[in-house]
Amino acid sequence: MNVHEYQAKEILREFGVPVPDGRLATTPAEAEEAARELGSSVVVVKAQVHAGGRGKAGGVKLAKSPSEAKHAASEILGMTLRSHQTGPEGKVVRKVYVEAGSAIEKEYYLAIVIDRSTEKLSIIASTEGGMDIEDVAANTPEKILSLSVDGNVGLQGFQIRKIGFGLGLGADQVNKLVPFLDSLYRLFMQKDASQVEINPLVLTGSGDLVALDAKINFDDNALYRHPDVAALRDPEEEDPREREAHEIDLAYVGLDGNIGCMVNGAGLAMATLDVINVCGGTPANFLDAGGGADKEKVKAAFELILNDANVKAILVNIFGGIVRCDLIAEGVVAAAGELGLKVPLVVRLQGNNADKGREILAGSGLDITPAETLREAGELAVAAVRGGGN
Amino acid sequence: MAILCDRNTKLLIQGLGRMGRLHAGLSIEYGTNVVGGIAPGKGGTEIDGIAVYDTVAEAVRETGANASVIFVPPPGAADAILEAADAGLALTACITEGIPALDMLKAKSALAGSPMRLVGPNCPGVVTPEQCRIGIMPAQITRPGPVGVVSRSGTLTYEAVDQLSRLGIGQTTCLGIGGDPVIGTTFIDALTLFEDDPDTKAIVMIGEIGGSAEEEAAEFIKSQMKTPVTAFIAGQNAPPGKRMGHAGAIIAGGKGRASDKIKALEAAGVAVSISPAEIGETLAANVPGIA
Repeated sequence: MNVHEYQAKEILREFGVPVPDGRLATTPAEAEEAARELGSSVVVVKAQVHAGGRGKAGGVKLAKSPSEAKHAASEILGMTLRSHQTGPEGKVVRKVYVEAGSAIEKEYYLAIVIDRSTEKLSIIASTEGGMDIEDVAANTPEKILSLSVDGNVGLQGFQIRKIGFGLGLGADQVNKLVPFLDSLYRLFMQKDASQVEINPLVLTGSGDLVALDAKINFDDNALYRHPDVAALRDPEEEDPREREAHEIDLAYVGLDGNIGCMVNGAGLAMATLDVINVCGGTPANFLDAGGGADKEKVKAAFELILNDANVKAILVNIFGGIVRCDLIAEGVVAAAGELGLKVPLVVRLQGNNADKGREILAGSGLDITPAETLREAGELAVAAVRGGGN
Repeated sequence: MAILCDRNTKLLIQGLGRMGRLHAGLSIEYGTNVVGGIAPGKGGTEIDGIAVYDTVAEAVRETGANASVIFVPPPGAADAILEAADAGLALTACITEGIPALDMLKAKSALAGSPMRLVGPNCPGVVTPEQCRIGIMPAQITRPGPVGVVSRSGTLTYEAVDQLSRLGIGQTTCLGIGGDPVIGTTFIDALTLFEDDPDTKAIVMIGEIGGSAEEEAAEFIKSQMKTPVTAFIAGQNAPPGKRMGHAGAIIAGGKGRASDKIKALEAAGVAVSISPAEIGETLAANVPGIA
């Protein structure tokens, strides 16, 4: 789960990581008032959206007075921000964060991530702060420092010193990095983060280290033990269809093709997109109905798929390991009947009680095309779309 | 021969909720020797005819169990894995989906040096055809034979096994290693076991987007293996930055793309099926005389 910068900074503050003073504003007048309260000669007005690349996209502006802050906020609020991370559709800005300006001496990059290949935590640091770290890794990999931390042992002082001196910091700054990184690590572990990125980490004119920008991702699987973090979720930042799917416990990702898919299991759901593509068609969505798919869930999944106006045919692909194909078949028949399905429907049932399921489909009186194998399922779904004149 | 489990496996069920009971029953029906179940506080009773123990250690002492399957819900699953290791089991398969990543990171680190093999979590388990079923796979689609199957996905394992069985190609052992970012048995671990199994003449490996386990496996296959490998990578049409159902299935920061994995595997001499519908046929063509 992602959170906004202002929320990330609130958490950093809670853990004692130095961040500039700031206020959230949802109107230009609030931004003006925030700038006045901060009393800083320069403030920065920053768009709050779940995407990076805000600066280049015009979502970050400097202001030298409260009235300038008001003006900047009026330009940013309501804009559709498009960066390399938002996709071409962009994101509408609903909130800005007004922050006291910092005197920047030098910028660094600092992050904690879970490294899947070492199965440890990884601290990543670079002197190339404020840049896209993937570009730095691709072009100047020698400028990236990284080290592994065993979650059972914890981050050690020598490791922080290794990072600090490796970044070329002086002894005074290394002494400041020790509590900074230590707090960041505590936050990561205590709040079940999956990634914490400070970019840039700045060395100020007065020699302090401050987190100028902050991005925190949290592990969805651990939200059950962090209700405070779960409460930070901003549904407005999510794709409406994905949000709806999330609420009924389905894994859904919208795509731009025209064959709607309902599948059980993430791997088979991905493979279903692949087989449609191999057969010359385009999938409209990824949808994993999960192991416990029943009649109600099938209906909900159909409604979700049909909300996408591009859908010209539906492919149901079930390999019953846990799920019973006869129950899925009942769900499909009920959903197709109740929703008055108007697009062609191809259904492939295999595994647990598949024969019973196929009988239910055949006896339903509905126009359902049965498929036996995965290839046949893909071919029939693509043919169904073409038959419809598309 | 087979890997991980066979007719000598004595299985415990950790977590006797709805799922645990359902699949314990199906495993017993398949002929698996289920010797007990764990339900703290209910020791000494029976559930569905299965003897119940308070702790894994006690169950091992009383039954000589050497393996377990875990159906414990996410908050207690890592604890259950460590309890299995503490009791001296040789194998545990954790079916549970949704375990916090840091719990697994710590558990995996704590298992370093332990002789226990962990399969999963977030996996369908292990089946050695006609001998032993651990987990939730529909074992009736498997048949004994010369092919080892290893996959990150559950239902896609069934798909591949079904394609093989329909072509008359049986399996030594089928296992799902799980779709989470941190897992016990990796592709390389499973490939090593199959390579050392004299009855496994060919391997099907099913990967998916996210992480670099397939690239690491490709390197291993190239340098260490003689057994022919056929592969499929799911998610060739997955958009970057979106989690595709599994916690680990995400293309992030330009890494974890299917195309890179396919390229690495092909460079290692692996026959990669581009269509998920042709995994069985690709293997049959790659390994003449296997059917």
